[in-house]
Amino acid sequence: MMLLQIAANAHPLTGSVAEWVWLLPILPFIGFLINGGISLFSAAHIGPDDPDMGHGNDSPPDTHSVSDAEEHGALGDDHDAVKPHRYAGIVSMVGPLVLAASFILAFMIFSAMRGVSMETPFIRNYFSWMPVGSLQIDAGIQLDQLSMLMVLVITGVGTLIHIFSVGYMKEDPGYPRYFAYLNLFVFFMLVLVLGANYPVLFVGWEGVGLCSYLLIGFWFSEKANADAGKKAFIVNRIGDFGFLIAMFLLFSNIGVLDFAGVKAAAPGLAFGGALVTAICLFMFLGCAGKSAQIPLYIWLPDAMAGPTPVSALIHAATMVTAGVYLVARSSFLFSLAPVASLVVALIGGLTALFAATIGLKQWDIKKVLAYSTVSQLGYMFVGVGVGAYTAGVFHLVTHAFFKALLFLGSGSVIYAMHAAYHHTGSHEDAQDMRNMGGLKKYMPTTWLLMWAATLAIAGIPPFAGFFSKDSILGATFERAGHSTLADASLLGIPGSTWLYLIYVFGVAAALLTAIYMTRMMIYTFHGPNRTGDQEQSHLHEAPWVMTGPLVVLGILSVFGGWLNLPETVPIGPIGSLDRWLDPVVGDATKRVAEAGSEMSKGASNELMLIVIAVAVAIAGMAIAFTRLKPQSLVKASESPEEEGFERVLAHKYYVDEAYDAVVVNPTYQISRNVLWRGIDAGLIDGLLVNGSSALVRGFGWVGSRIQSGAVGTYAWVLVVGVLAVLGAVTLR
Amino acid sequence: MQAFLQSIGYDAWVLPALLIIPVIGAVALIGIGQAGASESSSKQARIIAFAVFLAEFLVSAGLWWSFDPANAGWHAAIDSDWIPMWGIRFTLGIDGIALMMILLTTFIMPLCVLGSWTSIKTKVHTYFALMMILTSGMLGVFMARDLFLFYVMWEVMLVPMYFIIGIWGGERRLYASIKFFIYTMLPSLLMLVAILYLGIHAGSGGTPNFSYDNLIAHPTLAPKVALWLFGAFFAAFAVKVPMFPFHTWLPDAHVEAPTAGSVVLAAIMLKMGTFGFLRFALPLFPGAAMNPTVRAIIVTLAVIGIIYGALVAMVQPDFKKLVAYSSVSHLGFVMLGIFALTLQSVQGALMIMINHGISTGALFLLIGMIYERKHSRAIDSYGGIARVVPVFAALLTLVSLSSIGLPGTNGFVGEFLVLIGSFKPYPVFSTIAATGVIFAAAYLLWAIQRILFNPLDKKANEHIPDLNWREIGLMVPFIIVIIWLGVYPAPVLRRMEPSAQKFVTSVQHGAQSVTASRAPIVAIAEARR
Repeated sequence: MMLLQIAANAHPLTGSVAEWVWLLPILPFIGFLINGGISLFSAAHIGPDDPDMGHGNDSPPDTHSVSDAEEHGALGDDHDAVKPHRYAGIVSMVGPLVLAASFILAFMIFSAMRGVSMETPFIRNYFSWMPVGSLQIDAGIQLDQLSMLMVLVITGVGTLIHIFSVGYMKEDPGYPRYFAYLNLFVFFMLVLVLGANYPVLFVGWEGVGLCSYLLIGFWFSEKANADAGKKAFIVNRIGDFGFLIAMFLLFSNIGVLDFAGVKAAAPGLAFGGALVTAICLFMFLGCAGKSAQIPLYIWLPDAMAGPTPVSALIHAATMVTAGVYLVARSSFLFSLAPVASLVVALIGGLTALFAATIGLKQWDIKKVLAYSTVSQLGYMFVGVGVGAYTAGVFHLVTHAFFKALLFLGSGSVIYAMHAAYHHTGSHEDAQDMRNMGGLKKYMPTTWLLMWAATLAIAGIPPFAGFFSKDSILGATFERAGHSTLADASLLGIPGSTWLYLIYVFGVAAALLTAIYMTRMMIYTFHGPNRTGDQEQSHLHEAPWVMTGPLVVLGILSVFGGWLNLPETVPIGPIGSLDRWLDPVVGDATKRVAEAGSEMSKGASNELMLIVIAVAVAIAGMAIAFTRLKPQSLVKASESPEEEGFERVLAHKYYVDEAYDAVVVNPTYQISRNVLWRGIDAGLIDGLLVNGSSALVRGFGWVGSRIQSGAVGTYAWVLVVGVLAVLGAVTLR
Repeated sequence: MQAFLQSIGYDAWVLPALLIIPVIGAVALIGIGQAGASESSSKQARIIAFAVFLAEFLVSAGLWWSFDPANAGWHAAIDSDWIPMWGIRFTLGIDGIALMMILLTTFIMPLCVLGSWTSIKTKVHTYFALMMILTSGMLGVFMARDLFLFYVMWEVMLVPMYFIIGIWGGERRLYASIKFFIYTMLPSLLMLVAILYLGIHAGSGGTPNFSYDNLIAHPTLAPKVALWLFGAFFAAFAVKVPMFPFHTWLPDAHVEAPTAGSVVLAAIMLKMGTFGFLRFALPLFPGAAMNPTVRAIIVTLAVIGIIYGALVAMVQPDFKKLVAYSSVSHLGFVMLGIFALTLQSVQGALMIMINHGISTGALFLLIGMIYERKHSRAIDSYGGIARVVPVFAALLTLVSLSSIGLPGTNGFVGEFLVLIGSFKPYPVFSTIAATGVIFAAAYLLWAIQRILFNPLDKKANEHIPDLNWREIGLMVPFIIVIIWLGVYPAPVLRRMEPSAQKFVTSVQHGAQSVTASRAPIVAIAEARR
């Protein structure tokens, strides 16, 4: 069925290693099949022939020893140490190796792409997926500079996180299942970024959501974890609904759903018209779900219930950035819809600031990073919203480096904390920063690497995050002065005003980012240790299989900015990423930036903005260092509840509670009491169905009275009937 | 393969053979059953039943290859006298739609036998004999090209199911079986009257003519009459689908029926309703069905069904009832797709008809398996059992995902096509219907969480045995089809497309010609004013 449709005019990559692009997702899929098979095979105890017979007291008590152990995740419980899974050896080989192979292949394809000049994407349609009349959807792959970049990030960071997982999860009884899910995730993520049309992208889009669901609820025996997984899936589905509607609008109006076709037809849409605006807004609803933006961000903090490497890979580096990818991928649409783009940027800016304020008061180290991720995703949407598509994607890449590092580093910390508590049998919270402190002494490598990542995310030059965040804020400021967005208006307020406001949000969020990240580092690694006197002796650095990947990510966090240096900071090649992505997003960027009314563009602006950004970052760190007193902290179990606004922040503005009260509970109550009990059981079934049957029974009773057998009565009824009929006929 | 089938004259005998094989099987089983029911003869009955249904499936499988997608007419058609005095003929034939319904039926039945292997312990011979009669009836509905023959087959289905629920069902089996029987019988009688009217009308005084082809080719009904006749057909089919608000027989019948009964009900018998709309109600009365008011009412009911079914499913404490209400939701998508009347929406509706058969059938089988172990369908009597029964958990999760339409599984293809096809004629309704994907995730994920995940807090659940090889084996075909139809549905779509296209154009054309023929009258009436 692999009917390769060779393009009429040969693409420069035809016949090159790029023809193997289909193998990129297939490799992790093979890993999934192997690990999934091992997982099922090793967990299964085939039941007796007659299930009813095997049930009860006479079942052998030892049949469930292995699956019983499933419950006690390495980090989920404090029971006795469990031995590594009996197939851990094979799984540890297969899981990371398929990823590494995929990365190597990706790098080879990348090299081939660098060797040719490639203005159009390399498209291969392998088979027809949904052919229905005018709707022709193929299982197709599109390789271009944007998807290549994403593939490198996914397989590269993915490989590191798989390796880290070998150490982190090695004692978990669900080890093969874990790697099966992780491999499957990478498969779907690669489908997402390689799909040649929206429906195929959507396969990956929902597929990664599935894996996220499975991995958040990996330790499913805790209700909270299972709840978190379900919440993630359902909230994502709300977004997916928007994505679906966007596809329906595209098909109904353009008639195609593949990127090349939509891109070709897009200029025919009215600029700023209702249609393209609606398409973009519905699509962005999908992005808000997947990438945790207001109002759908609520699932991501809960998603921290999953194993920490999962948080690093799925809930920081790759999946949650899919929304940013989708906007960049659809830049040919968003650049035609200035109002929708303003909404994207505004939601992004609001989310960046809002999530950062919550991050200020979280005690769980992973929750800090979760809100930080929500906030940083907001930045990316500011970037792609203001039509600085490269800047948004640039931040996506650097964020993948430093946030993966932060999560994995926190994983090492939790690993150490958990091991320490495990030794003493304590039930303290291994993720609460109030139980940490002074860990620098015990885990110097992790400490150093996490500081590198912290400086990167805080925006201190020359670390990676500085350049990417600065290019977003710079672009926002610039667009406020001169762009199609500045000319548009939203809610009656000119776009220019909105953009300056978004810039202010961005700067404010940068200040808060520096504060909460420094706070996290101080409470975790500095000051006195609060873990406990007995536990201290068991705190130690993670093994090399875990710190190794951290080192690589550390290097990337430091030097990642060199991917796209601005002209103002000529310390290396300028604008590499700009040039690389130009064939994909260049036209759209120009459409936003170079049209619209001309305003004065201050040449000194750029330098001024950099100065402001750096000053803000340093100020934030200084505030954290001077105001926070780690010495005064006490263990989590002894800490009092926060008061006043701090309490509101600690409870995340009570948004979850509000959603429960306004959406979840009413839906449940109405469904149960009105629709089911009232309409279904009461009205339809009770009154109409059973009521009419009761009526029939009533008639039957009357009938049985009438059939008395007295011929006289019959005759009398007959006469009355005939008279009635005759009367009716004559009177007509 | 095609050459081989041609050499054995396959097309000439396959349809009658498919009707007769189960009848022979039923007769044989009842004969054996007369000798007295022992454990060994029950086992024999199961093996015979499985062999008969497997043979049935293998015979029908040839249709996949012998069917020529390029030909939009009847395939494997036969025509012979039956009751010449009343103009009733024994005419059979299939199009692409019937092809897939027949294959779905013959695919499900042997798996149903495997699923009933240990759960049916009494009157095993009779049970499987009834299943066979039922199968003949269902297949006959899909094949009949004579309206009277169709009606006979339609009623043949009803009786065995009545007994299956009433004899082998749960505690409230009598209530459920009588409710099922009367609920579906009453509107069927209306349809019978309509069929008789059609046949006599077509015979115009002479011998009645129940030929489907004749009725399609020569529409001579006055619009008002057509509307009444459509109403009669609508009643019979809408109850069967079931459309909101005619659905309340379904939860009771599903819950009380034995596993295989639930599977057949959900997987195949519900499709009789939607198949009836596709084959009869719309092509025979295009003007009435496409009457703007009628169409608006039906589409509204379909969309209400999607949302209502999902919401009510969400709050069910009984897993079987939950799946029953989810059927109301899924079949709402089918009805929306049929009445949106675009090629995509109709193809999507057909895909959902297949997919719902596969996914809901598999769900009921899985529920049956766990029920055999625990004797409870209450969701809250489980919890955390994924640890104890990992294979069951993996299968239930996968099947649930297909039911909620995860892309890459079969469920997505149908829903996507229905919605994308309905969006142009009905943008608002399709948008509302699309929220169904959210609720579907809510009710099924919440249910499987409460069954499979959460703490394993009930002592009795700690030693539930996992699936045995028979059960795993019978689920494998389902899993294969779920993935196949999700990833590569094109062969199925291609086989159905000419029939779907023919349906769309003929109904559109018929509806237009009805309005066109009425147009002069309206013009004259207006001129008089």
